Amino acid sequence: MSMIKTKKLIFEYEKRDEEGKVIGMNRAVDEVDLKIEPGQFIAILGHNGSGKSTLAKHMNAILVPTEGTMWVDGKDTRQEETLWDVRQSAGMVFQNPDNQIIGTVVEEDVGFGPENLGIPTDEIWERVEASLKAVGMIEYRKSSPNKLSGGQKQRVAIAGVVAMRPKCIVLDEPTAMLDPNGRKEVLRTVEELRRREKVTVILITHYMEEVIDADQVFVMDHGHIVMQGTPREIFSQVELLKKYRLDVPQVTILADELKRRGLDIPSGILRKEELVEALCQLN
Amino acid sequence: MSIKLEHVNYIYSEGTAYEKHALKDICLEIPHGQFVGIIGHTGSGKSTLIQHFNGLIKATDGVLYYNGENIYADGYKMKELRNQVGLVFQYPEHQLFEVDVMKDVCFGPKNQGLSDEECEVRAREALQLVGLKEKYYDRSPFDLSGGQKRRAAIAGVLAMRPKVLVLDEPTAGLDPKGRDEILDQIAYLHKQSDMTVILVSHSMEDIAKYVDRIIVMNQGQVMYDDIPKRVFSHYKELERVGLAAPQVTYIMHELKEKGLAVSAEATTVEEAADEIMKALSGGKGERDK
Repeated sequence: MSMIKTKKLIFEYEKRDEEGKVIGMNRAVDEVDLKIEPGQFIAILGHNGSGKSTLAKHMNAILVPTEGTMWVDGKDTRQEETLWDVRQSAGMVFQNPDNQIIGTVVEEDVGFGPENLGIPTDEIWERVEASLKAVGMIEYRKSSPNKLSGGQKQRVAIAGVVAMRPKCIVLDEPTAMLDPNGRKEVLRTVEELRRREKVTVILITHYMEEVIDADQVFVMDHGHIVMQGTPREIFSQVELLKKYRLDVPQVTILADELKRRGLDIPSGILRKEELVEALCQLN
Repeated sequence: MSIKLEHVNYIYSEGTAYEKHALKDICLEIPHGQFVGIIGHTGSGKSTLIQHFNGLIKATDGVLYYNGENIYADGYKMKELRNQVGLVFQYPEHQLFEVDVMKDVCFGPKNQGLSDEECEVRAREALQLVGLKEKYYDRSPFDLSGGQKRRAAIAGVLAMRPKVLVLDEPTAGLDPKGRDEILDQIAYLHKQSDMTVILVSHSMEDIAKYVDRIIVMNQGQVMYDDIPKRVFSHYKELERVGLAAPQVTYIMHELKEKGLAVSAEATTVEEAADEIMKALSGGKGERDK
């Protein structure tokens, strides 16, 4: 069974004028068909307003389709009876860590989710400990969240989601507000979760370097999925990506530039090691 | 229009349990017309520093001179300073509030006491500078896309015709094209109007591409203050304080380690490509010069 599956998913919202009268409809997601298998690492790229966050919000039923269907772990998100199962299957992490932390002590914040699921106290503490370990924040369990750096706060937010034992984590631009180290910490944490806990990861980002390890990359534009493939397949189409207001990692730009200047290096280079290797062979 | 800080210290909530020494003995001078980048990990003091530039925060200790005048002196016209040093905060689009874009951009100049006609002239000029098309002027700012909203918000500051423009992470959350557009526009503004531009950013690639000088903040102190090449040559130290160098700098260092005759100083794609071509053609490029 697919972790996430959509069939002709459409999401529309009403456009209103100043008096609140409906003046038209906006289609944010337009007939999207996709399938994400358990354990996959999926990246979604797309410019501001392309519909990626709207699509992501369907994955734990914050939004439900206007038309078409979204199944999370086999459950239709429009079914009231299974709504809580859906929310438990797919956890979300947002851009701003400050908006997601509510506890005054790290461990209490992480325990908030499982507590709401009605889990016995002993098990809550077990989960809190395991999740904080999984994100590498266990030594801060008694700290106040507002004393932490951006990357640390974001890892606490991820631990809060992990404590609910989701099968799938959707991260909507989790690194947009972080400094380089914070970004590295968060990405390393996500990678660890995927490897060790076998969680399905869906990452939405504007940083091209962050998606080179993904199994599949989806590119969205005007509510449609316009490109789909491995990072290598996607990033070898520089012109097309630029058309969709996107880019390629800096290493890929450099490799392309060198190729343009006549060097014989393979196309689709994504990592700095690959470029260094190719260049050393030419030397 | 230089900005000069002499032994500036700033302590948050002095004398309470939350006391934090955010800036420690900062001495620096930003001459008129420079394009300066400020980098530093979260909590390093960048935002506290830039809020001193237009007097939003008053130093606990030390002096700030704008154009040679001590801004903390009795009778100094703080309002005048704020008209000259424009600050664009993080996510400035959250501050949009008017019914249409034109009115929003007019808000600043209106508060400077200018006539309605003059306000509109300035607003139009500012909106053109940020590249927002005329068809958006009478739309609600909330109907614009993320990148457009941000431009409108920046125009609101530009309409006050500042001599110094300070931007705190102007590209956070924008798509790659939006990032390039805003930064290209700012670079163009800098070139055209000989404004001083101070850019705070977490993107080392962006900083390397645009600025003449980088100030690195760490734990409330200035750690480095130099041209980009020299700052990024300390990439290992930068990593220790939560930062990094642009990706190409790492590639150049690795190539050098592997025995390629490149200088590891490149910080942009162009420079790196030039260096690599030179090294692989066995120094031929050098002779041609």
